[in-house]
Amino acid sequence: MRNLLKNPHLTGWLLASPLALVLLAFLVLPIAMIVVVSFWGATEFSIYPAFLFDNYEFLFGSPVTYSVFFNTFKYAAITWAFTLVIGFTVAYFLAFHVRTLTWQVALFLLCTIPFWTSNIIRMISWIPFLGRNGLANSTLISWGVIDEPLEWLLFSDFSVILAFVHLYTLFMVVPIFNTMMRIDRSLIEAAYDNGASGFQTLTNVIIPLTKPGIMIGSIFVVTLVMGDFITVRFMSGSQSANVGRLISNDIALLQYPSAAATAVVLLATVLLIIAVLLRFVDIRKEL
Amino acid sequence: MTTGQDLELVSLTKRYGEALAVDSVDHHFRKGQYACLLGPSGCGKSTTLRMIAGHEDPSEGSIVLGGADVSWLPPARRGTAMMFQSYALFPHLSVSDNVSFSLKMKGVDAPERRKKAGEMLELVHMDQYADRLPDQLSGGQQQRVALARALITNPQVLLLDEPLSALDPFLRIRMRTELKRLQQELGITFIHVTHSQDEALALADEIVVMNNAVIEQAGPAREVFNAPKTEFVARFLGGHNVIALPHGHFAIRSDKVALTSTAEGRLGGQVIGIEYQGAYVLLTIRAAGDQEIAAIVPEEKYFENPMQQGVDVGLSWDDSALHPVSV
Repeated sequence: MRNLLKNPHLTGWLLASPLALVLLAFLVLPIAMIVVVSFWGATEFSIYPAFLFDNYEFLFGSPVTYSVFFNTFKYAAITWAFTLVIGFTVAYFLAFHVRTLTWQVALFLLCTIPFWTSNIIRMISWIPFLGRNGLANSTLISWGVIDEPLEWLLFSDFSVILAFVHLYTLFMVVPIFNTMMRIDRSLIEAAYDNGASGFQTLTNVIIPLTKPGIMIGSIFVVTLVMGDFITVRFMSGSQSANVGRLISNDIALLQYPSAAATAVVLLATVLLIIAVLLRFVDIRKEL
Repeated sequence: MTTGQDLELVSLTKRYGEALAVDSVDHHFRKGQYACLLGPSGCGKSTTLRMIAGHEDPSEGSIVLGGADVSWLPPARRGTAMMFQSYALFPHLSVSDNVSFSLKMKGVDAPERRKKAGEMLELVHMDQYADRLPDQLSGGQQQRVALARALITNPQVLLLDEPLSALDPFLRIRMRTELKRLQQELGITFIHVTHSQDEALALADEIVVMNNAVIEQAGPAREVFNAPKTEFVARFLGGHNVIALPHGHFAIRSDKVALTSTAEGRLGGQVIGIEYQGAYVLLTIRAAGDQEIAAIVPEEKYFENPMQQGVDVGLSWDDSALHPVSV
């Protein structure tokens, strides 16, 4: 036994095994299960094990699928753009304009305050604000900016994206801030010393060096938005759909094989997007 | 002699809140000189350099270069260039792009930048590494690249912030020869901040010793070494003893202290330490008044008549070797 434990290979395997087992039981097996179920058959009242392509045929044959996937990409792209701009700006301010560590930590914690409540509560709290007779509309009317309430504030793509940006900007701020804090401050001075203006320093030094953080944040935001269904349901008032809602509807109708097939396609899409993103930037240095 | 290209500091002062980092420093750096700002950490030498470079605003006073007050100009418009302690090479750019960074900022087109960068890299013998990334270079190579990047702007004054401190001792000596060669080839002013007296003595035409935010003494290297004016300078440069005699404090070089018999000595003492150092032997003697005095005896001479620890000896010297110092 003692000799066995001295074998470095065995020790390595033993050390890695708890995590491997957890991942196997809670990640690999469920996904395998979903893949298997996606080939099963279903009738109105039953599902039965089989190896059929019916679910995929139906999925790819329906125009709804394409419009829903398009909608999902649209949400992901617009949310990504907004969270990137806001997240980068906030991180830049925290990392380069706030001089003392104490203030950096304090302001950073301030950014996390919304996370003290649940996602759903944060989402719902937009409703009284954006509603037809909500705070935003009544304020604008009382200022005389508009004459009648804006209809598109709530239950629209606008409110969905607003909620997404609100929910997920921090996932952009954190990795970007983390990368920026690792940039050697003398590089900024070196850029000034070489005649770079503030903007040139930003585009030639800070942004290229922040790319890994931007990439990690982008992966967070894109996967979260692609996989979300509850935000779209609440904020669009069930008027818009994304892939997540497609799956949840199927599940509500007990159409598990169809839901599984959609989930497999969604998973493949997200993995593909991440693979493409990773080709652009090497994030290994950040891990 | 003053020429148009000299660098002058006029009661240059830097305060951080209450703390005084540089206290009304006046100095005149002549064109084409290799000057070393020497001092212990926290003496204000780096702050002075950073003010000259434009990375720190002076609280009071001015910096005059080539007859013009540059105190408030941005770093790149002063005619100075800085080489940073950690080299500050851009990790995402190739050696060539690093060197030509300032040209890119000026809007020079790519082929021209590459050509200029090539010339600069040749000057520092790094032309074959143009396409590498800084990470793929050794410390000494990175330093050459940093040097090329600073020189490509054609500065009148090159500012070096502890340029050799990140290198191993062997490379340090090689690079300092290189720095000296470059400075002589280019004929521009180098201002080199260091806390190593060896480095300063080896390189500098002029040594400026700083302590507690002020200049303690400035002058040609030999002059400062041979005739330190204050106890601090004598001790910081090393190789000196500061002894208290009835008529004041004096600095005397350790190699000018001779050992004699107790009767002949001008000062008596006891040998408390004997260190063999190769070419010479370093003896530590505790003299009257509890002063520790170091004496350097050439190796051959010492072993003609080796000593035991604890013996009483006399110390003597030539009066011309004594330099009065203020304490």
